[in-house]
Amino acid sequence: MSGDVSALTLLMRGDAALLSIVCLSLVVSLTAVLLATLVGLPAGALLALVRFPGRQGVIVVLNALMGLPPVVIGLAVFLALSRSGPLGSWGLLFTPSAMIMAQTILVAPIIAALTRQTLEDVWIEYRDELTAIDIGPAGRVVTLIWDARFSLVTALLAGFGRAAAEVGAIIIVGGNIEGFTRTMTTAIALETSKGDLPLALGLGTVLMAIVMAVNALAWTARRATERWIG
Amino acid sequence: MRAPASELPIEFDSVTITSGAVRILDRVTVTLSPGAPTVVVGPNGSGKSTLLRAAMGLVKPSLGRITWAGRQDVPPQRRAIVFQRPTMLRRTAAGNVRYWLRSGSSATQQHIGRVQELLDLVGLAHLADRPARRLSGGEQQRLAIARALARSPMVLFLDEPTASLDPAGVKAIEDIITTVSRRGIKVVMSTHDIGEARRLADEIIMLHKGRIVEVAPASTFFSAPKTAEGRKFIAGELLI
Repeated sequence: MSGDVSALTLLMRGDAALLSIVCLSLVVSLTAVLLATLVGLPAGALLALVRFPGRQGVIVVLNALMGLPPVVIGLAVFLALSRSGPLGSWGLLFTPSAMIMAQTILVAPIIAALTRQTLEDVWIEYRDELTAIDIGPAGRVVTLIWDARFSLVTALLAGFGRAAAEVGAIIIVGGNIEGFTRTMTTAIALETSKGDLPLALGLGTVLMAIVMAVNALAWTARRATERWIG
Repeated sequence: MRAPASELPIEFDSVTITSGAVRILDRVTVTLSPGAPTVVVGPNGSGKSTLLRAAMGLVKPSLGRITWAGRQDVPPQRRAIVFQRPTMLRRTAAGNVRYWLRSGSSATQQHIGRVQELLDLVGLAHLADRPARRLSGGEQQRLAIARALARSPMVLFLDEPTASLDPAGVKAIEDIITTVSRRGIKVVMSTHDIGEARRLADEIIMLHKGRIVEVAPASTFFSAPKTAEGRKFIAGELLI
C-alpha cells in the first residue's frame, strides 16, 4: 500500500491487501463478540436472577473488568499461549485465533455486566407477574432475554465497539503480521509509526465507517421491530 | 392429563405478616369460600394488597398458616391475580395472553381460539396486534384480567382493579367482573371505593391497620355495620 493513495480509494479499487485487512478485522471482532455473547449473556442473566453469598462482590469485580487494560490481557494471553505457557502446545500465538481469544476476554465482561444490569431492571418490573404464574428459573431467563432483546443489542454493540477499536491486545498476541494477523487498528498503529499519516487516516475512516454502519443497521432493526411489537 | 385439584376454600388461620418491625397483617383469621365476589375494603395501608398476595401464595406468613383446600404450599395452578399496576410484557396484547396460556397447562393448538375468546371477553379483540404497552391504562387493566383468566382460575384476585380509571373504564372492568363471577370463578377484590363495593360485593371483609374488623354479607355490612370503623367507612368519613 502506498501512502499517497488513500485507503478509501484502495478499498474502492478492491485492493486485495486492504480488503484482507478489513475482512480479518471484521472476522476477529465479530467472532470475539459472538463468543463473548455465548459466555456473557447467560452469565449476566444468572447474576441478575440468582441470589448467592458474595453476589455483590462478583458484580463489583465484573463491572471493574469492563475497564480491563487491553495490553494486560494481551500480555496474559501471550504468556498463556507462548511455547512455555500452559496453552503453548496449541500453537496459537501470532494467529487470528489468539487475537479472537484476547478480544473475547476483553468483551465478555462488558456484555455480562451490561446484560446483568439490563435484565435485573426488567426482572424488577416482571418479578411479581412471573412469580404469580409460577414461571421457573429457565423460563424466567428466556423471557427476560427475549423481552429485553432491544436493550441487549446495545450491550452487544458496546462489545463490538470495544473489539473493533482494540489494538493493544491483538498487536501483542497477533504480532501484526502482514497478510496474516494485520487488522485495521494494528495497521493504523504501524502506518502512524512509519509516518504515513494519510494512509493511517484513511484506514481510520474506513474503521469508523464500518462501526457506524453496524450501529446504524442495529438501530434501524431495533426501531423497526419496536414499532411492530412495542 | 389429571385435572388440578381444587384450591378453594382458602383459609387464613391467625396469619401475621410482618415487614421489619411493621405488622402488615395482624392475626388474620378468615375463609375465602367458593361463590359470589368477596370484596376486601379498608383505607390505604390497611393490608388489603398483602391479604390478596398472601391468599395467592406470593407472601409467606410470619406466623399462622394459610391452606388451600386444606393443603399448605399449593402452587398457584388454579388461582390468578391482577396487580394494581399490572406490568405488560413487551409483546402485543395477544402475545401477552398467549404467554399466560403457555404458562398454564392447556395444549398449544387450543391457544389461538382461546386468545381470541379472552380478548373478546374483555373487549380488546380489535387491539390484539397492538403492543400491550401502548394500550391505555384501562385497556391494560382489561388485558391483565384476560391474561389472568388464561390460567383458567378457580379464584381470581383483583387488587384495586379500577383505581385511577375514569367512569367508563370502571364500568368496563365491573362488567367483566360480573361476567367472570357468573361463570363460577370466585372473585376476591380489594377496593377503597364504597360505591364499587356496594355494586359488586356479596361478602365484605373490612381491614383496618392490618386487622380484620368485620366479615359479613354485603347486605348486612351496608345496612347494619357492627363496628365503628365499618360505620365510618360507609358514612364516607376519614378512617385513619
